Amino acid sequence: MSYAAGAAHLASSLSCMDIVAVLYHGVLQIDSRNPTWEGRDRFILSKGHAATALYAALAYRGFLTEEDLKTYGKAGSLLEEHPSPKLPGVEAATGSLGHGLPFGCGIALAARIRGQRYRAFVLMSDGECNEGSVWEASLFAAANRLGNLCAFVDFNKWQATGRSTEVMALNPLADKFRSFGWDVCEIDGHDHQQISQAVQAVAIEKTQPTMVIAHTVKGKGVSFMEDDNNWHYKIPTLEEIQLAKMELGVP
Amino acid sequence: MRNAFAKAVTELSDVYPELVMLAGDIGNRLFDRLKEKHPGRFLNCGVAEANMTGVAAGLAASGLRPITYTITPFNTVRCLEQIRLDVCYPNLPVIIVGTGSGLSYADLGATHHSMEDIAILRTLPNMHIVCPADPTEARLAVADALRLGRPTYIRLGKKGEPTIHAFDPEFQIGRGITVRDGSTVAILSVGNMLEPALRCAEQLHHHGVSTKVVSLHTIKPLDDVLLTASFAEFELMIVMEEHGLIGGAGSAVLEWGNLNRVDLHKLIRIGGPDRFLLACGNQQEARAILGLTPQEISRQILDRLNGHCASGT
Repeated sequence: MSYAAGAAHLASSLSCMDIVAVLYHGVLQIDSRNPTWEGRDRFILSKGHAATALYAALAYRGFLTEEDLKTYGKAGSLLEEHPSPKLPGVEAATGSLGHGLPFGCGIALAARIRGQRYRAFVLMSDGECNEGSVWEASLFAAANRLGNLCAFVDFNKWQATGRSTEVMALNPLADKFRSFGWDVCEIDGHDHQQISQAVQAVAIEKTQPTMVIAHTVKGKGVSFMEDDNNWHYKIPTLEEIQLAKMELGVP
Repeated sequence: MRNAFAKAVTELSDVYPELVMLAGDIGNRLFDRLKEKHPGRFLNCGVAEANMTGVAAGLAASGLRPITYTITPFNTVRCLEQIRLDVCYPNLPVIIVGTGSGLSYADLGATHHSMEDIAILRTLPNMHIVCPADPTEARLAVADALRLGRPTYIRLGKKGEPTIHAFDPEFQIGRGITVRDGSTVAILSVGNMLEPALRCAEQLHHHGVSTKVVSLHTIKPLDDVLLTASFAEFELMIVMEEHGLIGGAGSAVLEWGNLNRVDLHKLIRIGGPDRFLLACGNQQEARAILGLTPQEISRQILDRLNGHCASGT
């Protein structure tokens, strides 16, 4: 998709692909035949620049077709480089960082007001935690005991132009959220079992929101992309795509 | 105006079980009755307006009807991107209410003035902008915004404004309300300028000038029918607002007039200048500094009618 559309952020998508895959494979209670079902779990890709990861997952769960995926980035397609609100299965328009967590707080809170049991999942990037609104929402979620809210930080240690732990004083990240009142765990963000375990307790009855600090590798799965931040913006050539597919075992 | 607003919200919360009130650490006591009646449907979101707006959008996306409420500049330009992307982009039914608009809080300094909010918010697609003139319009505006169910900005004054409408007028977002009839000059008054507008009309009357006064409470969408008729029938059109001249209601009417090819020489725009107000003073004193008084406005209108070039427009 990245090659065909000439679109950037491939490494950002690979970084969180395991998290998105686990959520869409076995965690999220959603129904592509009824995308606006009121009781559905909600997933917000707050790091909207990883849209290709979301689109692949939406296709896996039947919200999009393989044909839809081929239109990514093409004129007139709803599959924009950042998810638009018109696309079935997309819960929030993202692309500007720091919007997903407040929006997710609203969704989680609505479940309590309306007497529903669904959960809200928000996936953020580590660079995104530079945004003040993330911390406003963190204070709000804890104060309002949003137990059905679960956020991930895709902690790949890079942001667009530098190490995320150096551009801003992000560390100790887990301690920060813990001190803000969250139930925090740290996992290997590519270990599927750890990902599903981390979200098991998320429920409306819980009295704390859950924060999963997922240690990840940017460009995961492709040797020449892993932890090389040039791939934040770089668009792969045809040869690089073929090589990457071979390494990933994709036909 | 804010008391009327709070009372209306409290009453409407019975009609709309989806209504949720979000406040930015302000007006707590105003909503005591709402909190009693519907615990869980009033949230003090703290001093965090970006989050409050995002939360409101998330609530609206989940079938609720949130209203956000705090002092105007903090609920508009401070969280502008949340309004743009979380509310307007997905076209969600969030009502954004600013209190203390224009120069209502003049004595608190420029941090609390809002002379740019209409200009900025009216550029956002899907957004409606409503400026009630008095407590009655404030009450009716909330009800109509809930009926329409789309992104709406309601620009309130403060408390203690006079009630101008003796009876409930027919209030519809997008339709101006004629408050006084006349035949030569039409004053389109925005929000809390209605009282000076009426005094202005009275002064003009003493000079033999028949003046119609309209509460132009909706800046977006503009009242096409009213504007078309007014530009056709009146010798002079005045748009009067407690807001900067750049981009405000007067500008919106200018743009409308340009699109609709009416005679824009008829239009006088009355509003604030392109500068911060850097002096102590209450709302009336600030208005006097900026020339937003009935006397000064009448003088400009008479000058124009007498063939002189009005200054400052």
